[in-house]
Amino acid sequence: MKKTLLPPLIPFAVLTLLAEFLVRQGFVRAYLVPAPSAVFRAMLDSRVELVQALLSTSAGSLAGFAMSALTGIAAAVLLSSSRGVQRAFYPYAIFFQTVPLIAVAPLLVIWFGFGIQTVIASAFVASVFPVIANTLSGILSTDPPLRDLFRLYGASPLVTLFKLRLPAALPQVFTGLRVSAGLAVIGAIVGEFIGGGGLGSVVDVARTQQRIDKVFAAVLLASLLGLALFGLINLLSHLTLRRWHASEQPD
Amino acid sequence: MAVQLDRVRRVFNNTHVVIAGMDLRIDTGEFLAVLGPSGCGKSTLLRMIAQLAEPDSGQIRTEPDGERFQTAFVFQDAHLLPWRDVLDNAALPLELMGESKARRDEKARAALDQVGLHDALDRYPAQLSGGMRMRVSLARALVTEPRLLLLDEPFAALDEITRFHLDVQLRELWQRRGMTVIFVTHSVSEAAFLANRAVVLARSGGAIKLDRILELPAVRNNELRGDPRLGQEMRLLLGAIEE
Repeated sequence: MKKTLLPPLIPFAVLTLLAEFLVRQGFVRAYLVPAPSAVFRAMLDSRVELVQALLSTSAGSLAGFAMSALTGIAAAVLLSSSRGVQRAFYPYAIFFQTVPLIAVAPLLVIWFGFGIQTVIASAFVASVFPVIANTLSGILSTDPPLRDLFRLYGASPLVTLFKLRLPAALPQVFTGLRVSAGLAVIGAIVGEFIGGGGLGSVVDVARTQQRIDKVFAAVLLASLLGLALFGLINLLSHLTLRRWHASEQPD
Repeated sequence: MAVQLDRVRRVFNNTHVVIAGMDLRIDTGEFLAVLGPSGCGKSTLLRMIAQLAEPDSGQIRTEPDGERFQTAFVFQDAHLLPWRDVLDNAALPLELMGESKARRDEKARAALDQVGLHDALDRYPAQLSGGMRMRVSLARALVTEPRLLLLDEPFAALDEITRFHLDVQLRELWQRRGMTVIFVTHSVSEAAFLANRAVVLARSGGAIKLDRILELPAVRNNELRGDPRLGQEMRLLLGAIEE
């Protein structure tokens, strides 16, 4: 734990002290970048509002991420069923990666109304593609001799899927989920800009009030939320793969 | 189990003839080694016998006919499921065939015992040496008590000492069980040491250049490796490959 937490904390501490020094000495204007102490103060002063916003963004991100995980894995399983299905539907999956979310968000408000539904939909649109792409790649790269082995003993496609292809794809599924976790938070914030609520709204309102310290406080909390989700996926990955996959074993 | 090939032909991409009309009979209980240069169709032949690939023309029959799951296949590498422990890997074929957990564990333990892995049941493939992984693969093939065992260069990736041990073990297993074995290999010494009969395939078209009953003692152990009779058989096989 010490070994994992300490290395990233050192540059964080150094950069924080440097920023404090640069702002206090007037090298950087406080209305452009606030001093870390000012951000901390803003966090304390607006703690009730920020905690409520954080909880709301967490709920939207988590729900969108969970939808992405479930739908993404299911879509990858369907796409892997045949080359024809892949050719017909994979381009539509790529749509989710290429769609300019900020341009589509107003549409989401029209479809789902103001509130958490739009935030969830936005988090989902932003984060579903990495799950589909990585899971599909994992399923399709199952070791051919193992596929032969399953055929030799008469395994049905469903048995092969659940006992071979999906377990073999797990390392890549987790890679997709890691990328998707960060994107879900970004998607939720974009959704909140348009649909209202959460840290996205706090940023939007604080920006119009020239409260740059509060904007930074909200952005910092959003980043911490992304990190927490990432950490959760890492923990799940470790618990699932630690016995058998090189990525989760000690050097 | 006997295997009969009649005018078997296999073509890749409609142009490259891998096997052009092969006739071959392998009798019940034979230990046949199939030798030949890379790309001569040895592995394709094995896959067709296992019904993992179809011949483009001709026929492959097994006698007795129609018995399911009587064929086992050992690949070039162990190809274990890394998320399963040794016992569950060895029991996999029985699980796919629908055997009960208790029954398949019992049979897998017996198969692992035969290859000397009774004390590694709860270990994972990542915790095993290359030789141990290949032993698990062998146990997985033996667990169904197959009547036909197909091996595609199974020990090629192992060091020589481990290979010598596994050669002796495989030969003993064959003698104890009386199954038919078809063993594809690049190694002339391994083929001569293990098999009762060897077939050498030509570089292209899978034509049989040599089909020979090896005149060696039934019991094969490491002492045989220095025997001039083994050297004589190896020279004959090598001569046919290089011809």
